[in-house]
Formats: sequence, C-alpha cells, structure tokens
Amino acid sequence: MTTTAGAPAIVTLRGVEKVFADGTQAIARLDLDVRAGEFLTLLGPSGCGKSTALRLMAALSDATRGTVSWPGGGAAHGEIGFVFQEPTLMPWTTVAGNVALPLRLKGAPTAEITARVEKVLEQVGLAGFAAAYPRQLSGGMKMRVSIARALVTTPRLLLMDEPFAALDEITRFKLNNDLMALASGLGMTVVFVTHSVFESVFLSQRIVVMTPRPGRVFAELAIEAPYPRGDAFRTSPEYAAYCRRASEALSTAMETRP
Amino acid sequence: MNELDTPARARRERILRVALPLLALLLGGLVWHLVVKVNDIPPYVLPGPGLVANTLVTDWPILWQSLLVTLTTTFQGLLLALVGGVGLAILFNQSRLVEYSLYPYAVVLQVTPIVAIAPLLLIYLPQHLAVLACAWIVAFFPVLANTTLGLNSVDHNLRDLFHLCGATRAQVLFRLKLPSALPFMLEGLKIAGGLSLIGAVVAEIAAGSAGAGSGLAYRIAESGYRLNIPRMFAALLLLSLAGIVIFFALSLFSHVMLRRWHESAVERES
Repeated sequence: MTTTAGAPAIVTLRGVEKVFADGTQAIARLDLDVRAGEFLTLLGPSGCGKSTALRLMAALSDATRGTVSWPGGGAAHGEIGFVFQEPTLMPWTTVAGNVALPLRLKGAPTAEITARVEKVLEQVGLAGFAAAYPRQLSGGMKMRVSIARALVTTPRLLLMDEPFAALDEITRFKLNNDLMALASGLGMTVVFVTHSVFESVFLSQRIVVMTPRPGRVFAELAIEAPYPRGDAFRTSPEYAAYCRRASEALSTAMETRP
Repeated sequence: MNELDTPARARRERILRVALPLLALLLGGLVWHLVVKVNDIPPYVLPGPGLVANTLVTDWPILWQSLLVTLTTTFQGLLLALVGGVGLAILFNQSRLVEYSLYPYAVVLQVTPIVAIAPLLLIYLPQHLAVLACAWIVAFFPVLANTTLGLNSVDHNLRDLFHLCGATRAQVLFRLKLPSALPFMLEGLKIAGGLSLIGAVVAEIAAGSAGAGSGLAYRIAESGYRLNIPRMFAALLLLSLAGIVIFFALSLFSHVMLRRWHESAVERES
C-alpha cells in the first residue's frame, strides 16, 4: 500500500471558503480529495486554516462557500474519529470510561463495549491502564487514550489535529512509530494536521502543503516509501531528501501572498 | 529541598495550626473570666464563661430540642436549595428563554435582605413553612450561580466530541455537563450550608418576635426578653458550633465526591 492515487475519494472539498464571524478569512478556494485508505497530511504554518479544514470535514463547522461532500455516502456519526490537539479526556472517569464513550453514546451492548475497549487499549499500548484516571497519566499516555477513543468505533476516517504538538520529542517519535504501525495495520484513512515537516514526511503517503491565511493548497508531495516505516526510514537519505523537498515547498508557500 | 519542607517541620506546623487557636481560645476565656470577676459584673449584663458552660449543661434539654428544630429547618432548606438551585440551573442551561425571563428575579431574591422578607412571609405562610422559605431563599442562589457557571464551563473540544458521536441533548447533559459542573455545584453547596442556617435563624428571630416558635434563634430572642443572658450566650455558642459542623460536613462530602479525579481534592506528592 504505497500509493492510493487511483482510490476513490471519501471526502471531497470543492471551492471551500471559510470566513469567521469576526471577518477573518481562514480558508480560500480549497480543493482537496481525501482518498480511501491513504494517510494524508496537511502541512502548513500556524494559523493557515489546517485545523479549520479538518473541522469542516468533520462537519463541526460549516463552509461559508463551496461544498464538502462524501461521495461514498454520508458522514454518519461514528464514521469519523477525531483526535484533538489536547487529549480532551473526561477527568471524572477512568481510561476505560473515556475510551468507551463513543460506544456508550451509541448505546452499544455492555459486553461489546468491554471487549472493544480492551482490544483498542492493547493496540495503543495501554493494556493494564483501564482503571487509571487521566490525571495519573503522562502527556503521551493521555494522547494514547485519546487515540484509542477515536479508534474504538473503527471509523472510516480518522482526523488528527496536531495531536503530538505539545509532547516532547522522544515521546513524539515513539507515538509516530506506533501510529505508523496502527495506520498500516488497520488500513484506515487518516487526515493528519501538523506544522512539523519531519513528522509529516515520516507518517504520510501524501503531503498537502498549505499557504498562510487564508489557507489553500500550495503544493502536493507524494512520499513513496513503503509502509511500515520505522527508525531505519527516519535515518535514511531518502527521508532527508523528502524532508528537504517538503521544507522548500513550505518556505515557498510562506512567501506567497494571496 | 529546603528546611521548610522537612517532615518534622511540617508536623510541627500542623500541631501549631491546631494548638494555637486552642491556646487563643483559652486565653480569651481567661481574660473574659477575669474581666467579669474583677469588675464584679452581674450575670444579667455579662455572664462569665463558667456560667455559660454551666447553663449549657443545665439548660441542655431545652437547648437540644431547639437545636434540633433549627438544624432540621437548615437541612430541609439546604436540600431544597440543592434541588431548586440545580434544577433551575439545568432549566436555564436548556432554555435561553427561561433563563432570560427568570434569572433577574433570582438575583432580586438574592439581593433583597432576608430580614426584610421574613416578616412578610410570616404573614402568608404557616410559621414552619415561612422559616423554611427564608432558609431556602438565601441558600439556593449560590447553588444556582455556581452550577450555572459549571454547566457553561464545559470543555469545547469535549462538546465537539459529543456532537461528533451524535450524542442526544440528554446525553450531553448527564454525561458531560453535569459531571463538569459537579465541583462548582459542591462549592456552591458549601456556601449554601452556612447561608441556610443564617436564613433559618433570621426567620426564627422574626417569628419569635411574633410570639411563636421553638428554634435556637427563638430561644435567643426569648432569653433576651427575659434577661436570661447566660442562656443567650449558650444558645449562641451552639449556633456557631452548628455552623462549623455544617461547613466541615459539606467540605468532607465535597472531598469524598471529588477525591478520585478533581485537582482540588487530589493529594499531591511533592
């Protein structure tokens, strides 16, 4: 699964603009296809509307102009997993309670919830922490819980909004490796937002570089290296070359004025 | 680690926190006793601490009955304040129209001095109900205000998450808003406990002057008319003790409810 160029789009954005109530234009003329099974990264400077694009895909916000459509069928509840910038856990309940939330809200049977929560906690490396409260966990572990909660419904589309931005580099690399293993194992479609060139190249099959506000697509970059990638890829000349190209695209994008 | 943090020092600090107020109490009592003794002040002007303690024992059956009456009113008022405050807060949170229509009057009820409302209530309501209504009026507002704040302080991302999962209004209320509001609600309840006692006492005093009732505040008013000053002091002492006990009981309740997860109740290891 190195290329998904021919795969059908599951979300399509056409001519999307977003203007906030205070007049700020976050996104201008954004055209983007998210293809089934791909790992797509939106790379851009802070405030370029990447997060806004993600919120539009999740229907958490409405486009001012243009259309966000799901060609293969609507974005029903539970088809989207969302990982926020912060872990966003409910402090009053345990790790298991947090992860079970999407299933509980859907009214899934208790036996099914227990089984799926246990499985997904194992997948993110948190087996044995089900009864812990969020405040007892480190930042990286909290983020794992957040990812587990997004995965528990096995969504068609996983949206991640700079999930590792607040973590230290060691934790970040570890989570990148684990996310890579998860993504290639589950064959899920992921849209990942980051401002880190290194992270985007390591994780994605396709990088979309966005311009500063108002955000639109500036360049696209395919990362052909096969999954799963590991530390060997991170230290390879191929990786360095991709990073240089992405970096150049990003700095040119920064200089363009709308 | 500096000297201040050593366990021995911390232990000494804790002992001092308990011992010093007790010592101050002892000294204050001694001064009080000496002032009464040396100036030969008659008990109907200022009784000494010994006489007050003595009265507390000899009048215990009357005072205990009255204390029970006042405490019953206080707890009923507090319970109603909890139900009413939380209920109204939820109603306000669910319907903006109701909030806009009624919130100003909740504030009016709060800012009008209860001493001024009590005599009026005593005209229209049977005495027990009037006293209870006063306790409720002063106690419900902090619960309402704090719970409202709590319900509105929900994490935005969590709200988005619930929306993404297709949560119903009821699910958002019971699984997200109310748990988020719990620490605020409990803080409001802590304030309401003391206020409920004050409301009950104020109403009892107002009722007492109308010639009926048997709560502790009524005992104070009645003893005042009869120049039974030692009993006034004894009843006052019991009232303060009741207030302190209520405060600590509610603090403990709050701690037990939150100890597993909320920052305010979690013990930190340094």
